[in-house]
Amino acid sequence: MKLLFEKSVAGRRCALLPKCDVEAVDLPKALLRENPPALPELSEVDLARHYTELNHRVHGVNCGFYPLGSCTMKYNPRIDEDMAALPGFAGIHPLAPKETVRGCMEVFDTARKYLCEITGMDDMTFQPAAGAHGEFTGVLLIKQYHKTRGDEKRTKIIVPDSAHGTNPATAAMCGYEVVNIPSAPDGCVDLEALKGVLGDDTAGLMLTNPNTVGIFDENILEITRLVHEAGGLCYYDGANLNAVMGIVRPGDMGFDCIHMNLHKTFATPHGGGGPGAGAVGCKAFLKQFLPASKLMQGGDRIQVRSFMGNFLVVVRALTYLLTLGREGIPEAAENAVLNANYLMQKIKGTFEPAFDRICMHEFVLDLSEYKKETGVSALDVAKALIDYGMHPPTMYFPMIVHEALMLEPTETESKETLDWAAEVFREVYARGKTDPAYLHDAPHHAQIGRPDEVRASRNPVLRYTKP
Amino acid sequence: MSYVPSTPEQRQAMLATVGVDSYRDLYRDVPKEMLLSHALDLPEGMSELEVSRAVSAMAAKNKQFSTILRGAGAYDHYIPAIVKSIPQKEEFLTAYTPYQAEMSQGVLQSIFEYQTMICELTGMDVSNASVYDGATAAAEAAAMCRDRKRRVTLISGASHPETINTVRTYCFGTGDELKVVPIKDGKTDPEALKELLTPEVASFYVQQPNFYGLIEDAEALGALTHAAGALYVMGCNPIALGLLKTPRECGADIAVGEGQPLGLPLGFGGPYLGYMATTQKLMRKLPGRIVGETVDDKGERAYVLSLQAREQHIRREKASSNICSNEALCALTAAVYLAAMGPDGIREVASQCTAKAHYLFRKLTELKGVQPVYNGPFFHEFVTSLPRRDEVLSALEREGILGGLPVEGGVLWCVTEKVPKSELDRAVAIVKEVLGA
Repeated sequence: MKLLFEKSVAGRRCALLPKCDVEAVDLPKALLRENPPALPELSEVDLARHYTELNHRVHGVNCGFYPLGSCTMKYNPRIDEDMAALPGFAGIHPLAPKETVRGCMEVFDTARKYLCEITGMDDMTFQPAAGAHGEFTGVLLIKQYHKTRGDEKRTKIIVPDSAHGTNPATAAMCGYEVVNIPSAPDGCVDLEALKGVLGDDTAGLMLTNPNTVGIFDENILEITRLVHEAGGLCYYDGANLNAVMGIVRPGDMGFDCIHMNLHKTFATPHGGGGPGAGAVGCKAFLKQFLPASKLMQGGDRIQVRSFMGNFLVVVRALTYLLTLGREGIPEAAENAVLNANYLMQKIKGTFEPAFDRICMHEFVLDLSEYKKETGVSALDVAKALIDYGMHPPTMYFPMIVHEALMLEPTETESKETLDWAAEVFREVYARGKTDPAYLHDAPHHAQIGRPDEVRASRNPVLRYTKP
Repeated sequence: MSYVPSTPEQRQAMLATVGVDSYRDLYRDVPKEMLLSHALDLPEGMSELEVSRAVSAMAAKNKQFSTILRGAGAYDHYIPAIVKSIPQKEEFLTAYTPYQAEMSQGVLQSIFEYQTMICELTGMDVSNASVYDGATAAAEAAAMCRDRKRRVTLISGASHPETINTVRTYCFGTGDELKVVPIKDGKTDPEALKELLTPEVASFYVQQPNFYGLIEDAEALGALTHAAGALYVMGCNPIALGLLKTPRECGADIAVGEGQPLGLPLGFGGPYLGYMATTQKLMRKLPGRIVGETVDDKGERAYVLSLQAREQHIRREKASSNICSNEALCALTAAVYLAAMGPDGIREVASQCTAKAHYLFRKLTELKGVQPVYNGPFFHEFVTSLPRRDEVLSALEREGILGGLPVEGGVLWCVTEKVPKSELDRAVAIVKEVLGA
C-alpha cells in the first residue's frame, strides 16, 4: 500500500487551530530553518483511511491467538484504557504542586503496595520504562550496593546461557564483565558450573525463574544461597512472573531485587513495541539506592529517565490488580500454567517438547529431529502458522535448544482456542511430512511473502525519499 | 475476575488431559516450604463497575487546571481528536514488537513513516523507532559517541536537570566521566566549553531551546565541538523545529529529544518517547529498533526490522544498548500528529507558541517587580523574577491556572498555542492583584 507521503497533495490540510489572537513575533532570521519539513499534506479523512488500512495489516491479541513465548500476550482489558484516559490522570503535569497530585501518588503507592506483596519485596520504583530498562536499574542497585561498601573488586555478573539477550547487554551497560554459564541438561542452572565461577569478584547473578524453557528451577534456594555466600546479590528477571504470581514469591526464593514487565504480567497493552513499564522492586537494604526524579522527589539519587515513570501504564496495571484481587492473581497464574501444559499435551505426538515434563506458563518445542527428517525448519513452521491467522511462537530462543519454538498461550485463551491451535500444529506437521516445499514457501496468504532481510541490511532504506 | 474464559468443568477436563489432579500438582517443582502459605494481602477482586469507581475516585483527588503555564520538559499542547483515536485502534494497541513481518506490515510501515518524518523535522539521515524519553535518548546518544580513546561526555549546564541526572546515571553504569559545562547568562558558556573540550572528550550535548527557554547559539557550539574532534549532540524540542534551524543545519551528528509535545498527554510524566536521529555515518551505532524497506519473495515492497546485528537479542553483551521494548505506540501517536499538522501546521503551532509566550512575557514584565532574568531570543519559555512567588502561584492555582515552575532566580513560564489571549490576560490580572502593582 501507499505511504503517507505518496498520498500527499500540496495545499491539503486538517482544520485544527484558530487564528493566532496575539501579535506575531519574528525570531531573528539567523535562527530559523531554511525549508519547512516535508511532512505529508493530508485531510483528516485521508489520515483516518490510511491508518485504518494500516491497522488491517496488524495482528494484535484482539485479532487472534498470539502464543509468543516469553512475551505474555494476554488479553488487555478495555477498562484499563478508559481509566488511563481519565482527564484527572492524562491531563496532570508531572511538576504540578504536590498537594494537587494526591490521586497520582495514590496510584503509585497502591500499585507499589500490591506489587511488593506479590513479589515479596520491600520497596519499588516505577521509573523504568520497560523490562530492559528495569534490568538496568536493578543491576545499578547492585553496583551502588558494592560501591557503598567499598567492595570494588566485584566486576562480574553471572548469566546463564539460556537467559534473555537483555540480561548480558544490561550487565555490560552497567560496566560488568559477563560470565556466561552453561545450563544443565534439564535447562536449569548447573550448580557445579555456578560454583566454578563464583568468587570474590562476583557482583551478582541474573536469573529468570521459571527459566526460559518454562521450568521452575527446584534448586533455587541453593542457587541464591551460593551467590550470597560468595558476597554477590541475586537479580530476578520478572519476564516469567505470570507463571507464579500469588503462588510463590521471588523475595522468598532469595532474590534481592527484581523487575516486572507490567506490559506482560499485568496486562497493559504492548502497543506494537511499547510503551511498557519495568517496575523494579528490592529488599529493604537496597531501597536507599532506588532511583528518583530530581525535580519531583529531590535528593541526589540515580535517575534512569525523566520524571517518575510511565504513569499511565501504571494506572492500567493498577486497574488490572484491583480487578483480579487476592484470588484472581493466583487464579490467572494457575490457568496460565494449565493452558501451557494442556497445549503441550495436545501437540505432543507431532512436534516434540524439548523437555517432556510438567512445564510452567510456557514450553519449548524442539524441531531438530523433524528438520532432519523433512528439511522443514522451525522458521518454516512459524511462517506456515501465519496462514491460519495465528501469530507464530518465539523462534530460535532460547539458544540452548536448536530449532526451538517457544509457546506461551497465557490464561486468557479458552480451551476451544487451544484445541484449535493444537489442530493447526497437527495439520502443519502432517503437511511438512508430505509436502515440505509448501512450508518452505509459507506463508501463502499473508500481507506479504517472506521479506528479503539480507537486502534490507546490505542496502538500508530507512526513510522515504521523494523520487 | 481474572479474564480466564475456561469454565470450571473445562478446567477439570484440561487437568485430566495433563494427567494431574489439581493445580498444586502443576507446581510440583516448587519446593513446598516456599509456596505462599497465606492469601495475598490484596483486596478481593472487583467487578468492572466497582473498579471504575475506585480508580476514578483516585483521579478525582488530583486538581485539574484549565490553563497550564508550566512546561519544563512536559508541554500542554492541543491534541487533535484523530491523534487520540488512531493509537486506540485495537490492532495497533494489542500487537507486540513486529518480529513477524508477514503479519505486521501495518506497524512496520507506520514506524517507517515515523522515521521519515523525524528525519524531515531534524534534517538528519536516519531515525530509529524511538527510545524511552528525551533524557534516555540523550544518554544513549552519549554512549554512541564513546570509543576506546574518547570516554568523557560533556553536557551543557543549561540542559534539563533530569536529563543531566539521567546521562550521569548512564555514565555511572559504564564507569565513564560526565562533565557539566557551566552556563553564563542562562546559556552554555562557549569559553568554558572550549576549555573542557580535551582530546578525551567523546561528545558534547546541548539542549535547544535550553531549560530556561533560551535559544542557544547552536552552530557556534557545534563548530567548537567539532574543532576538538568530538561529536555534537543536540536535544531539540520537536515543536520548536517547526521554526528553528534543524540540528543538521547546526552541524549536529546526533539529534535527540523529548517527543511528548507531538500529541502525547502530560500523563504525570509518561509514557512519552525519545526520538533519535543521526547521520549515515553513525547509522550502525544507533540503538533500538529500526525499520527498513525491502521486497518480499514476489518482489513487492515490504518493511522489516532492519540492522538487527546491533541489537541485544543477537549481540548480547556486545550490543549497542540493552533496549528491547521502546515506545512504539507513542511513536505512532507522534507520526499521526505530524501528519495531521503537516508542514504548515507544525510551523503554525511553533509560531503561535512563540507569539503567545512573548505576549505573556511583555505583559508580566510590565508589572512592577517582575523582570526578565535573562536576555536573548527565546521560544515558548522564559524566566522572570517574581516577588511573593508562592503567594502569586497559589492565587493562580486557586483560579485554575498552573503558573510557571519555581526555579533559581524566579519562575520559568511556558505558553503553548492552547492558551487563548483571554486566559493570559486573566493570569496577568491575578499576578497584578497579588503584587498590588
